[in-house]
Amino acid sequence: MTQAPSRLRIAGLSKTFGNLPVLDDVNLELRAHEVVCLIGASGSGKSTLLKAVNLLVPIDRGEIFLDDLAITNPDVDANQVRSRMGIVFQSFNLFPHLTILDNVTLAPRKVLKLDRAAAEGRAVELLRRFDLLDKVKDYPDRLSGGQQQRVAIIRSLAMQPELMLLDEVTSALDPVLVGEVLECIRELKGQGMTMLIATHEMGFARNTADRVAFLHGGTVWEQGPPQQVLGEPQRSETQEFLGRIVQAGRL
Amino acid sequence: MVLISTASTVVFVGVAVWAVLSSDTWPRVREQFFSARHFQEVWPAVLRGFWLDVQMFVVAEVLILAAALIVAAARSLRGPVFFPIRALAVVYVDLVRGIPLLLMILVLGFGIPALDIPGVPRSALFWGVTALVISYTAYTAEIYRAGIESVHESQRMSAQSLGLTQVQALRHVLVPQAVRNVVPALLSSFVSLQKDVALVFVLGVREGVREAQIYNSRTFNYTGFIAATLLFLLVSIPVARFTDWYSQRVRRRRQAMSS
Repeated sequence: MTQAPSRLRIAGLSKTFGNLPVLDDVNLELRAHEVVCLIGASGSGKSTLLKAVNLLVPIDRGEIFLDDLAITNPDVDANQVRSRMGIVFQSFNLFPHLTILDNVTLAPRKVLKLDRAAAEGRAVELLRRFDLLDKVKDYPDRLSGGQQQRVAIIRSLAMQPELMLLDEVTSALDPVLVGEVLECIRELKGQGMTMLIATHEMGFARNTADRVAFLHGGTVWEQGPPQQVLGEPQRSETQEFLGRIVQAGRL
Repeated sequence: MVLISTASTVVFVGVAVWAVLSSDTWPRVREQFFSARHFQEVWPAVLRGFWLDVQMFVVAEVLILAAALIVAAARSLRGPVFFPIRALAVVYVDLVRGIPLLLMILVLGFGIPALDIPGVPRSALFWGVTALVISYTAYTAEIYRAGIESVHESQRMSAQSLGLTQVQALRHVLVPQAVRNVVPALLSSFVSLQKDVALVFVLGVREGVREAQIYNSRTFNYTGFIAATLLFLLVSIPVARFTDWYSQRVRRRRQAMSS
């Protein structure tokens, strides 16, 4: 791989909840346009890692760099950092009192200070591209889970982030709705979006990720190209995890 | 069903009315409380006074709704930086809720004008309404706070992850949802304030109850109080019915949404 500039670098990141270590010396780097899938059992720290990168949970030790900025530095404006990256959660979390259009335009208007016309132009273009233009005036509860999750992704994209963090975005969906959301993520990859994706969809990780990182006990146990990590895992923990996935019929 | 409930209501009310009207003391009660002559005489003054009650209520309620929202929002800010603001809001709410409203009206309404400070209003009406606003703001802030806390934490997180500041998240995401959740509670606090405005009568403000009292001390007849009662009921009953209707509508809509 040609050496694209480093977009996200996580160095020696640790976090405990009380006495329980959730992240233990995590080291991970994403180059621009790279897609990295985080795999691992529930409780392995995937979700906490993504929230830590978005500065939504305080960390105990280590550093996180976005481009060359140490965003874990206490002097850094967290809101400004968050506006440069998008995070999408398992549970969509659309704003139920706002229409789809207002959901997508709220942050561009209030954070980026775009005027209404510019923000709506941007939103309409995104909604059209992801085939949701007819939902513009609807409220979130009128949409299916898959549509809501795509709107949540669009809401993040409207901020024109440099990096997207996706936290098990298909886990709360009906199996028939998973495909449309994964398709939407693949399209983002096609456009060169840098993404860090926590997922249980091993098939998706295999054919979409540039790199797969296996998280176990709060640390990156093994990482590399998907064929290698998913096909010929080196560590016994990775083999055991993938073995259980195969048993469950998910690979 | 309707027939049975109508019949039983008619019988019940009939017996109650008959019991009251046939008692020995009824003629005296009627003269003291329900005299048509006194009613005619006292009505204009009580109505005029009641109009002042309504005005006090409207002015106070608008101020309360705004001030309470600010207190509740201050109290729900997160992070060590906002500690002083949060602490101030907590102290205010705790302190004010511990003071009887009547005491607050007396202290502010008589106390502050007695200080005679230049530039500070000396009107009992002004300080009476101020006392109502201070007291009700504390209770109403707690209603709002319950509403804000009832909005799921993930909404706050979502708003923040998009780069919105805490204040922006409150204003555009949390408070609009919170207010919807607590409209019934707010409405029932309206009913309560609408009656409590009458307490400023202790300052000599000539609102409805005060007018009735003046008439009573002149004539020793209580019909004026009944007139005032009627006026208060005329306003509070429709609001109470509306509150019930609205809460039910909200509940039905929620059930429809979750199914």
